[in-house]
Amino acid sequence: MFAYIMRRLAVAVPTLLLLIVFSFILMHLAPGGPFTQERELPPQVLANLNAKYGLDDPLWKQIINYIWGIVAHFDFGPSFVYPDRSVNELIAAGFPVTLTYGSLAFVAAVAMGVGLGVVAAIWHNSFLDYLAVGISIGAQVLPNFVMAPILVLIFTLWYGLLPGGGWSFNDPSFWIMPVIALGTSYMASIARITRSAMLEVLGSNHIRTARAKGMPEHRVILRHALKPAMLPVISYLGPVFVSMITGSVVIDIYFSTGGIGKAFVDSALNRDYAVMMGVTILVGALTILFNLIVDVLYAWIDPKIRY
Amino acid sequence: MALLEIDNLSVRFATNDGEVQAVNQVNLSVDPGETLGIVGESGSGKSQLSFALMGLLAKNGRASGSVRFDGQEILNAPPRVLNRIRAEKIAMIFQDPMTSLNPYMRVSDQMAEVLTLHKGMSKRQAVAEAVQMLDAVKIPDARGRVRLYPHEFSGGMRQRVMIAMALLCRPQLLIADEPTTALDVTVQAQIMTLLADLQREFGMAMILITHDLGVVAGSCERVAVMYGGRIRETGPVGPLFAEPAHPYTQGLLHAIPRIDQQGEELAAIPGSPPNMTHPPAGCAFAPRCPYRRGGCDDQRPPLEGFAPDRARACFAPLADVLAGRETVRVADLDAALGDQQDDQLMPEAAVAGAGMAAAPSKVDTHD
Repeated sequence: MFAYIMRRLAVAVPTLLLLIVFSFILMHLAPGGPFTQERELPPQVLANLNAKYGLDDPLWKQIINYIWGIVAHFDFGPSFVYPDRSVNELIAAGFPVTLTYGSLAFVAAVAMGVGLGVVAAIWHNSFLDYLAVGISIGAQVLPNFVMAPILVLIFTLWYGLLPGGGWSFNDPSFWIMPVIALGTSYMASIARITRSAMLEVLGSNHIRTARAKGMPEHRVILRHALKPAMLPVISYLGPVFVSMITGSVVIDIYFSTGGIGKAFVDSALNRDYAVMMGVTILVGALTILFNLIVDVLYAWIDPKIRY
Repeated sequence: MALLEIDNLSVRFATNDGEVQAVNQVNLSVDPGETLGIVGESGSGKSQLSFALMGLLAKNGRASGSVRFDGQEILNAPPRVLNRIRAEKIAMIFQDPMTSLNPYMRVSDQMAEVLTLHKGMSKRQAVAEAVQMLDAVKIPDARGRVRLYPHEFSGGMRQRVMIAMALLCRPQLLIADEPTTALDVTVQAQIMTLLADLQREFGMAMILITHDLGVVAGSCERVAVMYGGRIRETGPVGPLFAEPAHPYTQGLLHAIPRIDQQGEELAAIPGSPPNMTHPPAGCAFAPRCPYRRGGCDDQRPPLEGFAPDRARACFAPLADVLAGRETVRVADLDAALGDQQDDQLMPEAAVAGAGMAAAPSKVDTHD
């Protein structure tokens, strides 16, 4: 197992390099650049700016310089649009925010989604099942840009319970609405996957054997059914966790949280090459890491999987 | 007194296409230490009968009637009551050892939980007992293998594990639902011998559910033949095999391929089993029966005793059935069905329908 993890981490390095090269090329293929503005800059100024940021070098040289900066100094370069801030600083400021509300939303979505799914499967075709399915369909069809204003309307405008936006690490009341708005649709998907996986497992032969052994139903479910039913859920959760902790532009804009979700979209619109690359690498690295974690969890649950 | 008494047991399934009448008014009893065979082709209701006893029917299934174990009513009993009988008094082994063991748990954990649950043993004691039982079912190196997962065993070994697990609490009754169907022939024989040995050793009764007449002949004392959810014939295994008194039993026995039968078409019962969502008003076997007569299509023949310990459900006179036994041929049956088929080619449905009923592995054990 240890050797397998090491092997996977070794493969992650070329994967990340490929990701960097491809995104770098794609980014430069897109028309426009960081200094393109409605009113054109004088050619001399533009040339100086390009020279300062190394944009006048051939593309391959830019890529090599960029990668060398990361490998040698862990330097993802300066922001092209906010000249006084480095990419590292921008990510260091925004990522803790999305990591906080993203992880909370993840935990809440998993706990409630799995709970709803299991309840629905155990009491299949009963009132509880319909209720759970109803809740998850409702949560699924409400996109977060609809969910967010509804939450603000209720909790801020009507009841005045929660701040309508902004962020503070010290005051959890700022966290609640981003967590709910981000988590609901994920919770719904998790509930649906759990329900169908659980129904399938409950109908399988080894569950019948467990019942024939005289085990009480709750032990049948906890000891025999839950683990296999979690396999499809876990494979869904790996990429979901990454997209949750790297934030959502809707949440960041609507609640003015200052997370990197907004920074990423802004960077794309501004052609802020360095920030775009920085966030892409962050998401890529996290995706590789969590896919590895999913695979390790799989092997832990299913003894038939050997690496 | 009988160990298990089944009175008027019926099983119904609610489906989108209507109600499936899987088992109809079955009466059976099993004495302590006795082996009862329940025979029938796929879909005859024999497995659902056993699931009903154990309270293991699918959620859309309903059982009615009465099942008494040791005088105690267990049919539709609350889970609390059933869970004290399951594994402890009545244990069950299933058709498919590949999927009936939990693939995500070590054999030691699966076996030990039976004993910690029912006998209040510590985990250590329970595992030690499990190892002993694996020894008893002749699994080599039981001490080492108990730590393995089911997929690390072969099919036959897995069924041995199932049997060992079922016997942990020394049950008084073992229900074996097609225990050898998924195994290859040499392993089948080993498993049946093992079951017979263990049954003698532990003095338990057994209900053996199978479509394999060879297995029944080799190991049962009494047989019940099921068709369309009803018992068609019951009796001690010797007389029933020597002189089958129901046309369906005859058909089944006739469909066993014989080793001395060279170059002939394999015999089958023409036609296919009834759709139990819309069971026929009369005898369910009538459409396939060479002895069909007036009344067979509208009335259900009751199960009636005709000799000591023997009963059958058929309107055809016993003498006719016994006398006609040697003349039952596929061609005759096709003619009886009014089939226009070339008699070299059996209708596909006949092959599919009777194939399951007539796939014995041990041949001629009843002769």
